[in-house]
Amino acid sequence: MFASKKSRLAAGVLAAGALLALSACSSGGGAFSSDSASSSSDTVTVGSAAFGESEILMQIYGQALEANGVKVAYKPSIGQRDVYLKALQDGSIDLIPEYSGNLLQFYDKNSTATSSDDVYAGLNDALPKGFEVLDQSEAQDADSYNVTKEFSEKWDVKSLDDLKKVTDPLTVGANPEFQTRPYGIPGLKSAYGVTATLKPISDSGGPLTVAALKNGDVQLADIYTTTPAIKDNGFVTLKDPKNLIAAQNIVPLINSKKASDKVKDVLNKVSKELTTEDLIDMNGENQGSSKTQPDAVAKKWLQDHPIK
Amino acid sequence: MTDIVAAFGWIFDPANWGGPSGIPARLGEHIVYSLLTLLLAAAIALPIGFAIGHSGRFRGLAVGVSGALRALPTLGLVIYLALITTNLTIVPPLIALTILAIPPVLAGAYSGLESVDRAPIDAAKAIGMTGWQVFTKVELPLALPLVIGGIRSGALQVIATWTVAAILPVGGLGRFLIDGIAVQNYPEMLGGSIIVIALALVSDGLFALTQRLVVPRGVIAGRVRDSAEGETRHTARIAPEGAPSA
Repeated sequence: MFASKKSRLAAGVLAAGALLALSACSSGGGAFSSDSASSSSDTVTVGSAAFGESEILMQIYGQALEANGVKVAYKPSIGQRDVYLKALQDGSIDLIPEYSGNLLQFYDKNSTATSSDDVYAGLNDALPKGFEVLDQSEAQDADSYNVTKEFSEKWDVKSLDDLKKVTDPLTVGANPEFQTRPYGIPGLKSAYGVTATLKPISDSGGPLTVAALKNGDVQLADIYTTTPAIKDNGFVTLKDPKNLIAAQNIVPLINSKKASDKVKDVLNKVSKELTTEDLIDMNGENQGSSKTQPDAVAKKWLQDHPIK
Repeated sequence: MTDIVAAFGWIFDPANWGGPSGIPARLGEHIVYSLLTLLLAAAIALPIGFAIGHSGRFRGLAVGVSGALRALPTLGLVIYLALITTNLTIVPPLIALTILAIPPVLAGAYSGLESVDRAPIDAAKAIGMTGWQVFTKVELPLALPLVIGGIRSGALQVIATWTVAAILPVGGLGRFLIDGIAVQNYPEMLGGSIIVIALALVSDGLFALTQRLVVPRGVIAGRVRDSAEGETRHTARIAPEGAPSA
């Protein structure tokens, strides 16, 4: 009798579990649906990619919103673009600072837009339903080809167009994706007629890439324009007269459900105030000897640029 | 499931089999890097491990130091070494992975020697063998299966972990993982991982076989005799009891 009671109980638990699983499936989109997590509360969850500048921008967005009475939660360092965009789509986060060109490339692999305006225009068409970008900032953090001062003087190279004059073989230190990206090795060939080989260094123009350029392992290095190391080492950033490299304006990417007029207003004001020079300075504070934390860097910027 | 199919599709795509960045070339690099690492680790750890196992001294120190080495994160060490030496070749990962492989090889060496029965060692000393003779003719042959076991577990870690070196411009199977994630090419990443797993399994199998082959003949003969004797005694006892009842 006791045993059969126990087994009936077990059957009941099983049935309840199965019902639960079924109902989860039928509620459209299932566990990864965006409705449940994000729309139920009025908190805006700001996320960031796993590098300092993105965290600083996340803090600026978040603190500016908080100062204007919006409830904010933070989720810093969510890996790379494919990971954090999934987090945005499943509702784990509602808002993230993005880079216009790379974001467009992610959703529209065939896009050829490179100027700021073309990229921004392309973005709102390419984004998945339910998500939008607010006003873009003039601040940019784009890829850039850099050479040492000695190299620039030796070959009289100041722009990518001048690279044709170089008769030595050229290697580029950059992330592995540079091998196939339109602004990478294939673009150098098609836009400027320059043949170069890639040395893949996976630190996104960080200290390893800088070291490779300094010690001559590579002649060209892909370093983001807001990296303090460019100035610190006297590197020469080559001009890009043919707009090979797509614009990378800072732009807030947001779940439309959370884009209230107030939120839009605050973030658009932030974008209006932010400049590329600000980014270089803030990255310097974050990466330099003081190693100021992103939240403190953001706080200081907001003190100098009050968003009301 | 479709991911696995796509990964095998990537592995068997002839386009991925040629040239300096094809599967055979990367596999070859990975094997060479791993062998080089194991040779270095063995050259450092085996003499130290044998000395500890033979003399029984500094064991606590060895356990402590090799335990601490195990805790070093390899990826961090690779980046750190590359930065302080501004060297972006295989040298920084080679050093980092040698450090990773030393603890298991060292542990295999001293525990192998420690596991040897005192009786044959005393016997060897009694018939006038020198310390070196005792080591080479008695201790080492008897310890060899465990010593190779240490190298075996080191090899497994080295093969798996060499993949992280691909954050630097070096070859090896890690290229498929690091280059694959850079462009969201998941079949390439998974395919590369499958090849790493296959290489690790083959290496582990070869070491397991070697471990069996190096067991000294005397030990095997002893085992056979022991079990044979046991059986004879066993059957001898049963037979007379069984006979009357039959």
